[in-house]
Amino acid sequence: MIEIKGLHKYFGDLHVLKGIDLTVKKGEVLSIIGASGSGKSTLLYCINGLEAIQQGEVLVDGVSVHAKGTNLNQLRTKMGMVFQQFNSFPHLTALENVALAPKIVKGKSKAEAKEIARAQLQHVGLGDKFDSYPSALSGGQQQRLAIARALAMEPSYMLFDEATSALDPELVGEVLDTMRLLAEEGMTMICVTHEMGFARDVSDRVAFFHQGIMEEIGPPKQIFSEPKSEHTAKFLANVR
Amino acid sequence: MNFEYTFHWRPVMRKLPDLLEASLVTLQISVLSMIIGITLGMVLALLRMNGPKPLAWIASVWVETARNTPALFQLFFFSFGLGAFGMHLTPYLIVLFGLTFNNAGYLAENFRGGFQAVPDTQLRAARSLGMSAWQSYTRIIIPQVFRIVYHPMTNQLVWAVLMSSLAMIVGFRELAGETQALAFKTFRIFEYFAVAALIYYAMVKFILGISRLIAWRMFRY
Ligand SMILES: Nc1ncnc2c1ncn2[C@@H]1O[C@H](COP(=O)(O)OP(=O)(O)O)[C@@H](O)[C@H]1O
Ligand SMILES: [Mg+2]
Repeated sequence: MIEIKGLHKYFGDLHVLKGIDLTVKKGEVLSIIGASGSGKSTLLYCINGLEAIQQGEVLVDGVSVHAKGTNLNQLRTKMGMVFQQFNSFPHLTALENVALAPKIVKGKSKAEAKEIARAQLQHVGLGDKFDSYPSALSGGQQQRLAIARALAMEPSYMLFDEATSALDPELVGEVLDTMRLLAEEGMTMICVTHEMGFARDVSDRVAFFHQGIMEEIGPPKQIFSEPKSEHTAKFLANVR
Repeated sequence: MNFEYTFHWRPVMRKLPDLLEASLVTLQISVLSMIIGITLGMVLALLRMNGPKPLAWIASVWVETARNTPALFQLFFFSFGLGAFGMHLTPYLIVLFGLTFNNAGYLAENFRGGFQAVPDTQLRAARSLGMSAWQSYTRIIIPQVFRIVYHPMTNQLVWAVLMSSLAMIVGFRELAGETQALAFKTFRIFEYFAVAALIYYAMVKFILGISRLIAWRMFRY
């Protein structure tokens, strides 16, 4: 379970997150929508401790992410993250990209790590690309590689930050399909997305962010057909 | 004008083994100064980018001095400069320190450019997988920086080999020093320096060839 309580985040004087309260249960798929600059990415970075927070608390399976004694490196292995930029490691083959963290973070043997990497690459449909370097992969393939790399750590949660926004339109589908597959397998997911179709069809709940505030959260049906906030309604009218 | 000079190559050829041995000294000291220079250059680059103020300042002074003053003066600093304070280094150490100082300064600037060329998001991605800062740098960031600075690094090694010839001024017998010592004994000065120049040329070509081979083996992406 991920619990966010009274979270405030500032960049200098800029108040980016203004008191977020949010709980994501095991197995849930939450989509976060909202205009650019509303603090969605920052929220994800606060959840896995890539950004410090100024007030409040984030608990992952009961462990406080920003508490002093927390072993962040270990805690992060529970949360896979996929970024908007593909962020594949360009100097490593697909197999090496995926096998590296299991080996050096989790201490798996070389053979075990490779085994895990092969399985995860097959999982995301890259079974024929083990030895390819990222430069030889399409954007969609690189993004699936990033998903496989995160999955290789056997995370309990997956955080997606606009995983399809940097892709050519014809490559969006294959990445969304992979995300859909994970959802069906029961992965707990928080997906920042501009894909309203995905948010509507795949998520259990949808949260709408507006200027650092979570304006509303609810089942997709409710958010999309009868939004309570006029900001939500306006946003949805514009993206459709 | 009339040329009365007749070339005599035999005395040089007789001493060729000595010259070749001295060229190994040249290679050895250049490579060693590169290895230490790469390590120090990396540290200087990191200090300049994220070090505490006083250390960042020292790193900047180092880099600026190495890049903007004559290499010969840098060598003098380690001989006469330190000598004035009562510190007398051996000729070998003077040359090693001088070359290393220069290499580290030049490489630091190349490394800094290299670090800036690797997107921040690579570090974020590595950290998000649970890698420590050390693991992220050694496994993800620095290998990419090395590729970016590989050719400048090769050029720096070539420069170190050529610059090491300044060693003859502080009395160190690498290739140039040895050449000078022998040349003035026999007065076949032109012949000696011509042969030495050819050896330098061959060494540089050799380094460039090896470098190309390593690049071809290492950078498959
Ligand atoms: N590292 C940073 N330093 C300063 N300001 C930042 C930084 N990251 C994000 N911001 C600012 O915080 C606000 C929220 O950004 P972000 O979380 O990226 O929004 P979103 O993902 O919803 O588009 C924006 O105004 C952005 O400019
Ligand atoms: Mg964003």
